[in-house]
Amino acid sequence: MAYLELNNISKSFGSNENVTEVLDNINLHIEEGEFVAIVGFTGSGKTTLVNLINGLDKPTSGEVLFKGKPVEDTSHERGVIFQNYSLLPWLTVYQNIEMAVKEAFPKENNSFLDKRIKEYIDMVSLSHATHKRPKELSGGMRQRVSVARALAMDPEMIIMDEPLGALDALTRGNLQDEILNIWNKNKRTALLITNDVDEGIYMADRIIPLRPGPKATLGPEFKINIDRPRDKTELNDNPEYKKTRNAIIEYLMDIGNERSGNSETNYELPDLQPKDLRWDFRAPK
Amino acid sequence: MKDSIIKVLRFIGLGFLEPLVRLASGEDSKKNTIEVLKKIIAPIASVLLFLGVWYTGSKSLYNTEANYKIEKTLKDQGQAEADKVKACIESGDSSCQPNTLPSPSQVWASFLVLLEDHKEISKDKAAFKEKTATLNEKRVAQGKDPITYTGRPSFVDQIKTSIKTVFAGFLLALLIATPIGIIIGLSDTLRTSFNWLIQILKPVSPVVWLLLVFMIVKTLTKDSTGDTSFVISFISVGLCSMWATLVNTAMGVSTVDQDYLNVAKVLKLGTFQKIFKVILPASLPLIFTGLRITLSVAWMVLIAIELLAQSPGLGSFVWEEFQNGAMDSNSKIIVAMFVIGFIGFLLDRIMLTIQKFISFDKNEGI
Repeated sequence: MAYLELNNISKSFGSNENVTEVLDNINLHIEEGEFVAIVGFTGSGKTTLVNLINGLDKPTSGEVLFKGKPVEDTSHERGVIFQNYSLLPWLTVYQNIEMAVKEAFPKENNSFLDKRIKEYIDMVSLSHATHKRPKELSGGMRQRVSVARALAMDPEMIIMDEPLGALDALTRGNLQDEILNIWNKNKRTALLITNDVDEGIYMADRIIPLRPGPKATLGPEFKINIDRPRDKTELNDNPEYKKTRNAIIEYLMDIGNERSGNSETNYELPDLQPKDLRWDFRAPK
Repeated sequence: MKDSIIKVLRFIGLGFLEPLVRLASGEDSKKNTIEVLKKIIAPIASVLLFLGVWYTGSKSLYNTEANYKIEKTLKDQGQAEADKVKACIESGDSSCQPNTLPSPSQVWASFLVLLEDHKEISKDKAAFKEKTATLNEKRVAQGKDPITYTGRPSFVDQIKTSIKTVFAGFLLALLIATPIGIIIGLSDTLRTSFNWLIQILKPVSPVVWLLLVFMIVKTLTKDSTGDTSFVISFISVGLCSMWATLVNTAMGVSTVDQDYLNVAKVLKLGTFQKIFKVILPASLPLIFTGLRITLSVAWMVLIAIELLAQSPGLGSFVWEEFQNGAMDSNSKIIVAMFVIGFIGFLLDRIMLTIQKFISFDKNEGI
């Protein structure tokens, strides 16, 4: 039995004629301690899939099993890092994390909570901004707070919905390493949703492309056989990396073409000769 | 020093004084002079222009009224009487002045008269208190009601009463509308079920509310001998003005960003926590916008309600002056008008400052 199981999931919105089938026939098995990345185009239903797994939404048919039990609601066991940070703007960095920690450890005393909050703020190196509000922080800093908030709850599984999508390349790289460190240190299970193939290869054990919706479904998986810790600069020369990367991109290109090929129509161009206007603007005599 | 002054000024809504402070400290004199011209001199000029138009207008109205008066006397009573009236008007004698829109200077004079009047009445009151102090002590000891001052209230007393009424009404609106707004906002079913009622009651005129409250309070207070006019007027003010808060609160609560709700769900906050830690703070800006509208509506309907409920305050002051028809009544009414406008403005500023204090959205208010 897998740690997280998705069996024949389909999800549609609306009813009758206005129904939009976003996901169809999704099957996914993740083992404990694994790092899985799902790569897909924007608008292919990635966020819908994440919401099904973390319990914010329910599938139309099929079942989501977490440690053998069906997912009915959200749980502290599955920490979520949202695409758009979702920090509460009226709370400071400390208070945002405090809110999560208090909920996750209701029985602990204040000094434990305080220590834990500070530890995680420190971990994402935001100690200097402890008492700042999200508005005063840059995008990268906000996402780090969001990461700290999810991890401070000590979840068994980390679900990340394009967590680094809006960040610049440098911050992105740093955060990738931070997330990997934490994942590695505590041997948690992680699911990363991304639109960046390189990010997936750098971080994950397996990459599964999501074929774009409507009726999005998962494609064949690609195993990444590269030893950890992986080095970004050396990765570029790694033949295994090149091979996997090319294979995935080729696959994505293919389904991309397939999609655009479906809607392609041949336009008949009118058979016209352009008129030579050079002598026409002179006033007639 | 300079920066902190500017910060305070901005916070209390006097941000327009900023260039003046900067200029005084010798900062970039050219730019700040232009700023002063734009933000201080130009508004002052517009006030002066307004006073000018007012002065000219009242002057011409005065002349029309005076000429009419003279001609009428000429027609009815002959040349001799008409000359007398003309001389009387020109002499400035208050017994025969034409009754029309007063000029700015007359209004200013009336304002001073009202202040003087207030001083006198206060003195009177103090003297009365002193005189009756020992007697009242005895009466209280004997278990009787003390003798209270029953003289005419001064203009300042009326203002105080009005502000008291508005605050009582505003508090009532706050206590009724915010909780109901929150409850309605939280539940889709409740919102749709109360929507009709709210939409129908919202546009009802203050006068009708007053009569409705009057019907109810009159029956409820059959046995009491106390003054019910204050109760009636503040309840009416509250009922008239609470709709903005009710609708805004319900809207704010029902349109909280889905992201925040997702956070609450993922963190597994309890219902209570979710309402108080996520939904309320998120809808605070809209709730406050509602409260600001409520306060200004309360102040606006107050005058009409006081006028009808016969409860003391600026409204009845205006009405009494209008009924009175004395020489300076018109200018006193206009004094009241400006005082009402100015206090309304101050109340709004106070609300804005409070809003800035407790709301996370620190945008400049409108």
